[in-house]
Amino acid sequence: MRTQRESSGEPMSGDASDDPLLSARGVGKRFGARFACRNVSFDLFPGEVLAVVGESGSGKTTLLRLLAARLPCDEGSVLYALRDERGAQRGLTDLTHLSEARRRWLARTDWGFVEQNARDGLRMNVSGGANVGERLMALGSRHYGRLRAEALHWMQRVELDTTRIDDLPATYSGGMQQRLQIARNLVTKPRLVFMDEPTSGLDVSVQARLLDLMRELTEELHLAAIIVTHDLAVARLLAHRMLVMKDGRVIEEGLTDRLLDDPQDPYTQLLVSSVLQP
Amino acid sequence: MNAVLAAEKLGKTFTLHQRGGVQLPVFRGLDLQVTGGECVVLTGRSGSGKSSLLRCLYGNYAPSGGSVRVRHDGAWLDLTTAAPRTVLDVRRRTLGYVSQFLRVIPRVPALDIVAEPLRQLGIAADEARDRATRWLARMNLPERLWRLPPATFSGGEQQRVNIAHGLIAAQPILLLDEPTASLDADNRRVVVETIRVARDRGAAIVGIFHDDEVRRAVVTREFDVERFRL
Amino acid sequence: MSATAMNRARCDENYNFAYLDERTKKMIRRAILKAVAIPGYQVPFGSREMPFAFGWGTGGIQVTASIIGRNDVLKVIDQGADDTTNAVNIRSFFARTTGVATTERTVDATIVQTRHRIPETPLAEHQILVYQVPMPEPLYRLEPRRRETITLHALADYGLMNVKLYEDIAQLGAISRTYDYPVIVDERYLMSPSPIPKFDNPKMHMNAALQLFGAGREKRIYAVPPYTSVRSLDFEDHPFEVQRWLHACALCGARDSFLDEMIVDDAGRRLFVCSDSDYCGARRAAGHVGAGQAIDADAARVLR
Repeated sequence: MRTQRESSGEPMSGDASDDPLLSARGVGKRFGARFACRNVSFDLFPGEVLAVVGESGSGKTTLLRLLAARLPCDEGSVLYALRDERGAQRGLTDLTHLSEARRRWLARTDWGFVEQNARDGLRMNVSGGANVGERLMALGSRHYGRLRAEALHWMQRVELDTTRIDDLPATYSGGMQQRLQIARNLVTKPRLVFMDEPTSGLDVSVQARLLDLMRELTEELHLAAIIVTHDLAVARLLAHRMLVMKDGRVIEEGLTDRLLDDPQDPYTQLLVSSVLQP
Repeated sequence: MNAVLAAEKLGKTFTLHQRGGVQLPVFRGLDLQVTGGECVVLTGRSGSGKSSLLRCLYGNYAPSGGSVRVRHDGAWLDLTTAAPRTVLDVRRRTLGYVSQFLRVIPRVPALDIVAEPLRQLGIAADEARDRATRWLARMNLPERLWRLPPATFSGGEQQRVNIAHGLIAAQPILLLDEPTASLDADNRRVVVETIRVARDRGAAIVGIFHDDEVRRAVVTREFDVERFRL
Repeated sequence: MSATAMNRARCDENYNFAYLDERTKKMIRRAILKAVAIPGYQVPFGSREMPFAFGWGTGGIQVTASIIGRNDVLKVIDQGADDTTNAVNIRSFFARTTGVATTERTVDATIVQTRHRIPETPLAEHQILVYQVPMPEPLYRLEPRRRETITLHALADYGLMNVKLYEDIAQLGAISRTYDYPVIVDERYLMSPSPIPKFDNPKMHMNAALQLFGAGREKRIYAVPPYTSVRSLDFEDHPFEVQRWLHACALCGARDSFLDEMIVDDAGRRLFVCSDSDYCGARRAAGHVGAGQAIDADAARVLR
């Protein structure tokens, strides 16, 4: 049951755009008879970071895959403000109407996807530089020297040791692999990045530094992001807004600090009070 | 009217679902209007809801009833029903807040914490850092601390970072929650002066001041939250 | 055409013409037509049991068997030579099942079936070059899943190959592939030219002859129609280059053909000789002479 839902309010003067970048409308996914996620609706605007928070089985990962068009919706639809090759806006487009070719093109240009496990988001058998340059090569870039320069630039941006550009990602630490994944995604300057538990499994200090990097990059590059996490501290640090999910439904949503400092729904209160403070 | 901030029939009751749904009423039916050049000091005993009121005005707490409206970009905006990105834009440009305790963003140097509100307004990094430097100097924060994250600072040092962070963007409406609580006399004077300058240039201020001397130095009128206690 | 260059063998009446039944030939011809219509695209076909093991050219043989006619003249080469086991075997197979004339001279042939080389002698519009292909999928080593490579080809999503080439330059300083070098056909499909040396790649571009490719074990046929663009993949600042030798052919003195390197004694001394036996023989018949001398091991260099 949704409480305290802040609706999309008045248009914003001074905000970069009045039009949403991504719009989820009644999105739902069924596995057999059970809905893994149901009736999720929200609009995401350029530069907004949304955290989708919940425990295991809440449906947050399914939701992320629906939003990133990796799974087809059984109910509702996801719309995105596509830009064509020349960068012109084409209005909100239903992602189900995209051809496979178009979807892949979107996924490697205007979108990024940072996997929970870096191995799922990297090519482990080619060097760091090749990983970063791949998207550019797929888009037709054919100058080795320039590709390498781009790779070096982005590796620096994510604070990776550039002398490791020719090393295989298997030789990188977990935190470095995640940074490489981020660089690989950002090289085409996407407007929207999906992240699936981007810091889980990493050492605490490594997590912290990675979160700092993500915070800087989302602000500096005016990235919109949808971050799935079970860690409220990640939401607090990175997100402007939050959705709290339980059993496939959004049970509360709104401004991050409002949700965390004054949770209304019983489940949200339970989540917030369960976090250990050192 | 010339008000820039208006709370109407504002109410706040906490429901603690973890405690069997016990309700903690704080206030109800609260009306408050603030105009530019005012410094409204909230009075009432400890626990009467002064901080909660400030947080409701900031959009950090969700009211149980009523509304909070601010004058933003020349029009009235209802903060209680606004979209998150709208609330964030209001906070960036119209509504500033100095909390009672610095919520530390870990690992970020004090200078960058103070510069951040300017960066969010689109001001270039160098200029933002310059202005932050001047603020920290005015707050008498030792220079050796500027490049360190505030987590290890003393209470007073953290509070000075907090104040600089809250005031640097010079929003027309300011909410101050015990801004001088951990400060010594010299630093209190600096903060008082800063608040007076803001007030005199037309800012609308709502504040909670524990210290009598500070209160007397900045107040234009008092507002008793206890009147609306449930 | 000289009588000595052509052999008309006695045709074995126990077999259908060219061994395959007519329905099969029709099926393969359909596949060939589709392949020619979509240059570089791998067309699946119902590869038959042949009296050769897989890996011995059954794809090329089935293509040749489907297009060969009574008036054709067939040449078969293996690594450029007419007299190796593979070439001899295949040539005698066709002689026996078709009675068609065979030759060792490229200029006299109408169909040239080849394993791993393109003849040095330029081909003409009336000729067909049939390649034997072990692995038709150029992305195989990078993406072994067939389902995925089919999608990649459909979407012209060849970033994976570019990544491989980038990686070669990053790790080795240059693209390491020297044979089966990937090409883009008609600016659309990524194709494996079969394990010909990269030296031969330029010959595929705008060739006057029809080029057909058969992979028997993998059950694919593809084609490059005459006068079609075939571009070897490279980077702007690391352009495609062919192999060059410091030496000429020891037999005929040719400086522009692909040379085989043969070790002639226990001291490691080598002879460099034209891989294309017909080309070398024709040059010698025309009076060209090579140095005829073996070269010391340390003087033998190949520029890649």
